[in-house]
Amino acid sequence: MSLNQSGWRPEAPAGDSRGQGAQTATGNRALMLEERLIFEIGSSESCGVDLPAPDPAAPPARLGGLERAAPAGLPGLSEPEAVRHYTRLSRQNYAIDLGLFPLGSCTMKHNPRLNEKVARMPGFADVHPLAPQGAIQGALAVIHELGEWLKALTGMPGVAMSPKAGAHGELCGLLAIRAALDVRDDPREVVLVPTSAHGTNPATAAFCGYRVEEIGATADGRVDMTALEARIGPDVAALMITNPNTCGLFERDIHRMAEAIHAAGGFLYCDGANFNAIVGRVRPGDLGVDAMHINLHKTFSTPHGGGGPGSGPVVFSEALAPFAPLPAVRLADGRFHLVEEETQADHGHGQSFGRLAAFHGQMGMFTRALAYILSHGADGLAQVSGDAVLNANYILRCLEGELDAPIAASGPCMHEALFSDKGFAEGFSTLDLAKALIDEGFHPMTMYFPLVVHGAMLVEPTETESKAALDQFITALASLARRAREGDPALKSAPHFAPRRRLDETLAARKPRLVWSEE
Amino acid sequence: MNRFFTEEHEWIEVNGDIATVGITDYAQEQLGDIVFVELPMPGTRVDRGGEAAVVESVKAASDVYAPVSGEVVGVNEQLEDEPSLVNESAETGGWFFQLRLSDTAELQGLMNEEAYQAYVVALG
Repeated sequence: MSLNQSGWRPEAPAGDSRGQGAQTATGNRALMLEERLIFEIGSSESCGVDLPAPDPAAPPARLGGLERAAPAGLPGLSEPEAVRHYTRLSRQNYAIDLGLFPLGSCTMKHNPRLNEKVARMPGFADVHPLAPQGAIQGALAVIHELGEWLKALTGMPGVAMSPKAGAHGELCGLLAIRAALDVRDDPREVVLVPTSAHGTNPATAAFCGYRVEEIGATADGRVDMTALEARIGPDVAALMITNPNTCGLFERDIHRMAEAIHAAGGFLYCDGANFNAIVGRVRPGDLGVDAMHINLHKTFSTPHGGGGPGSGPVVFSEALAPFAPLPAVRLADGRFHLVEEETQADHGHGQSFGRLAAFHGQMGMFTRALAYILSHGADGLAQVSGDAVLNANYILRCLEGELDAPIAASGPCMHEALFSDKGFAEGFSTLDLAKALIDEGFHPMTMYFPLVVHGAMLVEPTETESKAALDQFITALASLARRAREGDPALKSAPHFAPRRRLDETLAARKPRLVWSEE
Repeated sequence: MNRFFTEEHEWIEVNGDIATVGITDYAQEQLGDIVFVELPMPGTRVDRGGEAAVVESVKAASDVYAPVSGEVVGVNEQLEDEPSLVNESAETGGWFFQLRLSDTAELQGLMNEEAYQAYVVALG
């Protein structure tokens, strides 16, 4: 016989198979690669690109003596070094394409690849905002058709497509309300915002120059109607509500709210960030809403959170539609027109409050959102909201025995499930549980919001998660909830397996280092 | 006893017509690590219940209200460099500002230490 000359003799791994405590010389952990800052990798003395030497015969620079005298100090990296740097960093990130992203109040659902294919068509991707309108009729048709869909889905007669994100949409809505009040010479100073509304709402109202007054919530997580009706009066310009609200509940008194604010001469603004819970089933126009923004990057699946810009078109009631901003797309004589000036009298925008953005809006998001809407159809969109609500209730009911669910007794939730830290062992917090969820391979849920619930955990699974994915998440959260109740000390030092352990947020806030410096 | 408390968790210690104001130990405990304190300008007039200072923890910014009306005559400049003083000694070295009282009668509506402790216990 011949002996095993190479010496290759596979055997069972020795010791701790999870490799805990094992050190590497590089700091790398197999596929988890350490990465320094780009300034620490590349030397500003070197250059990774073959640039031609300055031509001594070149005419003198005509910069009026403002030419750079000292080196710019940029790191010089070769192409593979630069590519690896960003690829390594990207692998330390969590993304919707990796797993469930349970952020409540910020719908993070799958971005269908069909949307991406459509958005990359050169006729949409390569149009220039200053191109002659005759050359971009297709792009204008997309903006127009998407606007028509949004009007149909919300039951509202006016739409502004240019707002660039949700908060920008809020600004758009309140500026239209202000314009409508100005026209009737009715200066009002107050905007009412319930505690169950999104945090951006009071900021928007303050930015528009209104005094913000808060309306409290009832024990079951909805607007306190007694307090609201007592406060509404002739000095109130608008009521800004979020429906479904940040507790994940439908504000079922919304008809009464609309009647009360309208009777007092004010307007009802609805934050539509949670529209995905009711799309295809409820038309906000039927509820008495005067203006509502729609986050295309939430309800209509366009990428966000680093994957792409937001987009927040606003729909308007009959009363506010004339004040919508420009530019607007209008179909006339079989052609699409981008109306840019109030003075284009034949297009009926004489009362517009003006221009809100340089151009027409986020074209790349319009194509994606329209692709999403057309691929689902009206019936598919109704199923989207149905599945989103079903998934959230599945999580709520599976976990209400493990985690305190403060408003679960009031009935089903909408698209997000709310839990609190009640019942955790002394000294254990929502933050500990959220950090440990990173170890379990999930992005943490929204925590400490809404403010009305102590140690709040707000979970929004969205309709795009399968039952198998939900079950795995529920298993992880149930296990962490038990450990928090029992006071497992390992929770306090989580995460254990992330690229970085728990960061010192206090030090980061007290002594922030915002600029790289050679030390 | 010349120390009083508000339902908004400020304490106020009165010495003649000058009062020193800070936030309570309970408040700093609830806020967590304090990272920034914004103090009023000396000379500013503040009204009872009005915003007088801002305190920021890692996650939240909160207004500090004037327990009584008066003119700001001094501020604890040490807090600008060492906001952690509020965590370490909220009711002593971590004071915020001093007021010259406009109306000592306003002190009548405030809680004494015993009442405040009972109030905090009732909050849970």
